[in-house]
Order: sequence, then C-alpha cells, then structure tokens
Amino acid sequence: MSREAILNSIRRSLAVTGAEDSRRQAVAERIGAHRPNLIPERAKGDGVHRLTLFAEMAEEVSATVQRVKKLDELPSAIQGFLRAHNLPQAIRHGADPLIEALPWQQHAPNLERRRGRAVPADETSLSHAFAGVAETGTLILHSGPDNPTTLNFLPDNHIVILAAPDIAGTYEEVWERLRRKFGERNLPRTVNMITGPSRTGDVEQTIELGAHGPRRLHILIVEQL
Amino acid sequence: MIESTAPAFKENARKALADTVLQSALSIARPRFVDKRRKAKDRLPEFDALRDQARDIKNHTLAHIDLYLEAYEAKVKEQGGEVHWAATPDEARDIVVGLCRRLQAKTVTKGKSMISEEIDLNRALEQAGITPIETDLGEYIIQLRGERPSHIIAPAVHLTKSEIVADFRRVHTHLPPGRDLSEISTIVGEARGILREKYVEADVGITGANYLIAETGTSIIVTNEGNGDLTQILPKAHIVVTSIEKLVPTLEDAATILRLLARSATGQEFSAYTTLSTGPRRSGDPDGPGEYHVVLLDNGRSRMLGGEFQDMLRCIRCGACMNHCPVYMAVGGHAYGWVYPGPMGAVLTPSLIGVENSALLPNASTFCGRCEEVCPMRIPLPKMMRHWREREFARHLSPPAQRSGLALWAYVARRPRLYAFASWLGHRILRTMAGRKGRIAALPLAGAWTRHRDFPGPQKMTFREQWKRRPR
Repeated sequence: MSREAILNSIRRSLAVTGAEDSRRQAVAERIGAHRPNLIPERAKGDGVHRLTLFAEMAEEVSATVQRVKKLDELPSAIQGFLRAHNLPQAIRHGADPLIEALPWQQHAPNLERRRGRAVPADETSLSHAFAGVAETGTLILHSGPDNPTTLNFLPDNHIVILAAPDIAGTYEEVWERLRRKFGERNLPRTVNMITGPSRTGDVEQTIELGAHGPRRLHILIVEQL
Repeated sequence: MIESTAPAFKENARKALADTVLQSALSIARPRFVDKRRKAKDRLPEFDALRDQARDIKNHTLAHIDLYLEAYEAKVKEQGGEVHWAATPDEARDIVVGLCRRLQAKTVTKGKSMISEEIDLNRALEQAGITPIETDLGEYIIQLRGERPSHIIAPAVHLTKSEIVADFRRVHTHLPPGRDLSEISTIVGEARGILREKYVEADVGITGANYLIAETGTSIIVTNEGNGDLTQILPKAHIVVTSIEKLVPTLEDAATILRLLARSATGQEFSAYTTLSTGPRRSGDPDGPGEYHVVLLDNGRSRMLGGEFQDMLRCIRCGACMNHCPVYMAVGGHAYGWVYPGPMGAVLTPSLIGVENSALLPNASTFCGRCEEVCPMRIPLPKMMRHWREREFARHLSPPAQRSGLALWAYVARRPRLYAFASWLGHRILRTMAGRKGRIAALPLAGAWTRHRDFPGPQKMTFREQWKRRPR
C-alpha cells in the first residue's frame, strides 16, 4: 500500500514514529484552536469603513457596485442593470429566502425569473452573498439550493446582493461565520471567494475580462435590512 | 516520467537567446511581472511580517506532516470524498486513468495543474482513449501547440499574440478563416466559446490544488479565469491531483498564505476566484460533482524532509523567483528542460528526478539573490543551489574543464606568494587590455561573455593591495 509506504518514508526522514504524544497534541491543538495569524491593519475598522473599503476594492477590480437603501429597491435596481446593458429581462436564481421575499410583482412585473441551477443559455444570474470581505473587495458565496454554484460561473452577467452588515473586515471573520453556520471542521461542498469578474492575463500579460466566468459582476449593497 | 533535457541546458539556452519570438515575449513579460509585484507589496505594510508567519506555518506543518495528512484524509472521507495515495507518477497516472475508466469518461476537462505536468497525465489519458482538454487559456494554447508550459503560472508566456492567432487559425478550422483576431479580446472570446461546449460535455473534471486544509478536508484552487470552477462543478466527478506538501493545518493558515500568493504571483491584491472544495455535492445541492477524489502524490518529496532541501517544500508555486531571475528572463522556461523552470525548478528538479538527470540546472544562476529576496515563503534558493553544486562536484558530475579549473585555482590559492603574484599579473594584463575606457570588448576564454557585452576592466588596485593600504 502506497499510503503506508509514503507515511513510513515521511517518518523515516523526520526521524519520528507518529505515536509521539507531544506531536499528536500539537496537531490536535492547532486544528482545534484555529487561531488567526497576523491581521492587516487595513481590514480593521467600523461598519462604515468596511463598506467604503469593500466598494473601493471591488471597483478597483472592475466589479460595479450600486448601493441601495432598502430591500424593496432591489427589483427595480436589477431591471435597471439589465436595461443599461441591453440584456433580456430574465434572471436565474436559487431558493434564497431573501430573494424570494422581494416585492417582484410590485416593482418588476415583467421580469422573468427562472429557478435552480444555471444552464448555458442563461445570460444573467442573481445570488445573495453569504458575506463580503472589505480587505480585498471579495464576495463569499457557498453552494446549496439557495444559491447554486453554477450561478456564479456560467452566465455572462452575475448580479450579487450583499447586505451591508454582512461585510466583514477579513477572511478570518468569515471562517468564523461559516463555523457558526455549519459547525466546527465542516464546510459546504463549495465556498467561492469572488473578487471581480473573470479575467485572464495569458496573452502577453494583458488583463482581459470575461475569460470563462462572468464578464460583468454587479454588486448591490443593501444598507438596511 | 517526462524526459528531461536539463543536461542540455547550455545548448537549450543558446537556442533560446537566438529565438526572436521568445526574446520579444520575455521583454513584454519581465517589467509587467516585476512592477506589479512591487506595487502590491508596497501597498501592504505587513507583507514581510506575513512572509515570516507563512514560513513558520509551513515549517510547523512539514515537521508534523504525517499527522496532518492522517487528519486531512480522515476529514475528506467523513465528507464523502476519497483520498488515493501515489508514491510515484506511474501510480498517480494509473489511479486517475482507472477512475476515468470506471466513470466511463470520454472527455475530461482540466484546470491548470503542475502536478498533472509532473506526472505527464495528458499522455496517459490519451493512451487510454480519453480526451483531455486544458481549459486555462495559457494551457489551452500550449496544448494546441503540443508544448509544455514555460512558466508555472503563465504557461504561454513564451509566446506573443501573433503566434497565438496563427495557432487559433490553424486549429479552429470550423470558424470563418477571414475572422478578425486583431484584439486580445477577440482571441479570448474565441477560446471562451469553444471551451464552453467542452465544459458541458465533459464527464470528469480534473484540477490541481494550491492548498489542502487538514481542519476541514478541503482543497483550494486559485484562478483568475473561472475555468477551474466550471471544470469541477459541471462534470459528474471532480478529481484533484496534488502533492503531499500542499497541506496547511487550518483555514486561518490558508488565509495568511493567500495574502501572499496573488501579490507575489501577478501583483493582484487577490485573484478573481479562490475556491474551497470539500467532498462531493450534498443531498439537496442542485449542482456540483457527484464524486470527489484526491490523488496525493509523493514522488520523492517525503525524502526531502529532514534534510537540506526540506525548505523547498514550502514553495507555493507563485513564480516570483522566475519573474525576477535574470537567467530565466533571458532564456525562458523551456531551456530548463523539465517541468519546473527558474530558480525553484533548479532546486526542485534534482530532488525529484536526480541531479544526474538535471545537471547544470543548479548552475543556471548568477547567485544574484533576487529569487530569495522576493520569495514569499523565504526559501533560501541560492543556498540550496549551492548544496546541489557541491553534490554534483562530489559525484564527479561537473564538466572536466570546470573540475580542472577549480583544481588549478586550489593549487594557486594554497600558495599565498604564488597567488599574490598571479593576481597581480592578471590584474595588470586586464587593466592594460581595458585601456582608458575601462572595458574589454573581446577576452580570450571568455567569448561567451564578451560576445554579448563588454567585460568590465579591474579597479586600480587588487584587493590585497587595497587591504594593505586600508586605514587602521
């Protein structure tokens, strides 16, 4: 068995047996404590600082950011985005309760909404982010029926709702929130950290947007829930 | 194993220096890589402190790697995934091909993976009648050309736009021949359109991993294009090909190293897509792969532990060392003759395939120290190249001219008066040759240098003369 051969070779090189209590304790302790390492100063600050920094960093990597005061404003903001880019009035989204509860009938009666995972024909998808990270303008989304992962990658245009209180300073704060939601040492199948739309630098190190994933990433920040 | 042409480095380098396409591609890449990294580093005051911590994280992990691997494996299983251990490239290939056969795979999409290159996976898949499709744009381009990546993060860095356009016209014959491909956006758009269909058709998606996390049994990939994501979420199975040293203990440790990776590699604050994959899709998930397999390759890495090359296992494959290397940027990656080029390749290749198959690589360095200066994991690359040179010398693998030269020098150096006379004489001759300009245009025995540039003449006095006159 290669498993034993590899572990034995490692132990021979390190001159250990694998049965040492002190080593086993060190490993269990580190995994159990999952202490944060150095946190950059940039990421520290109150909600206003986090929101401003998030928007700044996301725009720097070619995401577009639009702030709305209340949830009720989202359907018309989404319609406005589709109109501004000459896109069909149709979106794909999952079973997210926040999205389902929006006043679609009242504010966007002509908008076609398809449910479930994305298919190649979908031009625009809508997701609700689990969190934002101010440090680098990064969105955090995870798999599941509420926001299927294909929505993040297949359509050309990705619209993401982000609640201002969900904007964390750092990645580490989001790890803690994931642990609160899914338990210690447990993650959903996919956690996506998304920083701007898809891009490539493979032709002459020149950045070109829309390599395989979305060409446009539009972030709608809701200030009050 | 991929055949190594590393022993022919000199010949490879000569060809590379005369290759005008390569030279123009490298002259485009060089300043972009260097400037972007410097700007990103300057923007994060904690950058160097993070490097210290990242080094310590990996040192701790490597010292306990047997236990972290066990913890990682248990977690992957608990999450419904499978871990396959491969001591050699042969084993790794057999495992992947076996999985693909069982899944009745006809086509396989692939995210960018250097381990896949190391085990020459595409050839094995093709021999088994399975079509591998590289989806990273750079990898796609070199697959069309039947080449290997010349850089670990920018596989097609040796090409300019016009070669890529010519390849697209040659291969994409179903598209109108007169189409406009003058802009990079149209080139990218064409590849996007073609690969889109492949993602949907593929039965299996294969990616590498930038990190493995023991805490949660997670593999992480970092990309800008999103190709690695479409590769792993659309097919019925996701296979991760990776190696044992990619492990870190916790999500927090991964976050620290992630802060260094993109900044060191492309000078981005963060790459567009960082994806954490844990097991197969869960019940109720509308998408994601039904199976999740991790192939863990050793291929000599376990033997590097506890020795003078252990530090190399901290490498996170950012490419900063080659981006800042005067030798790499003069000859490109293919001259190095195996999978990993540049300073990290000069150290890693001999460890993986033996110094006898990679002779000259540890010598492909001016020891200027830039690689160590920019390495986010603080790997002492020049020191380790020196270790390899010592081993090469001890095993009589270095060329005869070099050995007799060193022997002659040693003879003179052990005789102080002879040494003083010889250096005085050499100094006078060189000064006379250099003349008033202080530069020598042609020097016997140093033609390889003076063909390309002048040799600087010596200072007024020898070191010994200056030493005697120093103020006390």
